[in-house]
Amino acid sequence: MTAFPTRKQEEWRYADLDALQPVWEQFAEPVTLTVGSGEELEEIWLPVAGDVQVRRVQIAIEQGAKARLFVLNTAPVYGRIELEVSLAKGADFELFGANIGTGLSTNEIVTNVKHIGTGGRSRQTIRSVLNGKAVGSYLGKVEVARGAQQTDAEQSVKAMLLDRGATANCKPELEIFADDVKCAHGASVGELDAMQLFYAESRGLDPASARALLLEGFVMGLWDSAKGADSICEASREALRQVV
Amino acid sequence: MMLEITNLRATVADKPILNGVSLHVPAGEVHAIMGPNGSGKSTLAYVLAGRPGYAVSEGGVSFDGRDLLAMEPHERAAAGLFLGFQYPVEIPGISYLQFLRESLNSQRRSRDEAELSAGEFIKLAREQAKLLEMDAEMLKRPVNVGFSGGEKKRAEMVQMGILAPRFAVLDETDSGLDIDALRIVGEGINRIMRGPDKGVLLITHYERLLEHVRPDKVHVLQAGRITRSGDIELARTLEREGYAEAAA
Repeated sequence: MTAFPTRKQEEWRYADLDALQPVWEQFAEPVTLTVGSGEELEEIWLPVAGDVQVRRVQIAIEQGAKARLFVLNTAPVYGRIELEVSLAKGADFELFGANIGTGLSTNEIVTNVKHIGTGGRSRQTIRSVLNGKAVGSYLGKVEVARGAQQTDAEQSVKAMLLDRGATANCKPELEIFADDVKCAHGASVGELDAMQLFYAESRGLDPASARALLLEGFVMGLWDSAKGADSICEASREALRQVV
Repeated sequence: MMLEITNLRATVADKPILNGVSLHVPAGEVHAIMGPNGSGKSTLAYVLAGRPGYAVSEGGVSFDGRDLLAMEPHERAAAGLFLGFQYPVEIPGISYLQFLRESLNSQRRSRDEAELSAGEFIKLAREQAKLLEMDAEMLKRPVNVGFSGGEKKRAEMVQMGILAPRFAVLDETDSGLDIDALRIVGEGINRIMRGPDKGVLLITHYERLLEHVRPDKVHVLQAGRITRSGDIELARTLEREGYAEAAA
């Protein structure tokens, strides 16, 4: 069992440890998953009940295997999705995640993606929508091991802050020990696109409805490629209704 | 007079672009505006639709006797104005069906008309897509995402068919279309917008679309003002001789 974390640990830096303390025991040991060679795993993780919602998962993706995760993180007090993923030769990992937070909540997605074998591919796309004094974070480490040549890793992180008191933290981190790799990351915190807003308003949507629609699109775009996306679409709409 | 533009001056980022445009489009007419690059055609379209950042410094526009410039973009849409964009905008995550249904119902609410149910709307959308020879399945995709240039322009016309405006400003709807698509779009404009209580301002570089749509008047916009007006013969002359020659 892992010791209770402190904020001095980088991966717990923005966590709500007070909220975590009373329930720590049930989450202390990460869940482990293995996607066997050549297999494919696709999972949708919906919010569960409770003020504090934590998932700590280790995934080993073996040679030529694929894993895709669609994750909605929207706990009322503290939500944490923690992933440690290892990719063997030719493995493929995709993560689509949303933090939707309101009030005083803290929601975070913390990943450590380890490219161990050659030719692995990872894609992480994270979108946060936050209002009030909510905090939404993404801490994403990508490690490329010595010899993991032709690794192709991307992180795309965007956040929308709807109130001045809301906070988005975004920290992509790269540790690369191979020389023939492609690692890209992009991050933005900002406003809705002015041209998209004008386009929607020119069709008859009032400014508030246009903003709500674009925020919906900002999140819903994550689920475009999910199989059986209805549940996560409905859950995200519901979460957005609390925020917009 | 349906659309009455009087001595309109406008700036973009403090740079004067429109330098006193006056133009009257009566109900039942289609007017074309041609002009060289940078003459202010798109600026005129954006000013009419109310794009933020396009500042009117002088003059006015009345639409059906109302002060168009005092209205917000969504109020102009509800009043019956439609802008066909030169570069239609992509909106990931929102399907065309949802986008247009919410837009249409928002317009209808502000006109105190009953909203369309999902079923009624899908029927309308399918009809309009079919009339413009667009696969209705495309309307299930996110707005303009992954559409080719020509598909985006055709989708603008499908939007126009669904929203059924009273006045359309079409900004280079013909650019990026092949010959067949040009004919389909031209027929679409005639079908949707020809009527005694409708009007069109058709902005174009080329005369070819005008052979399908047959405007009642053709105006030339140069350096932010209308320098010549005439009938379709003027467009043919411009096509043959260019703006510099024709102006001489």
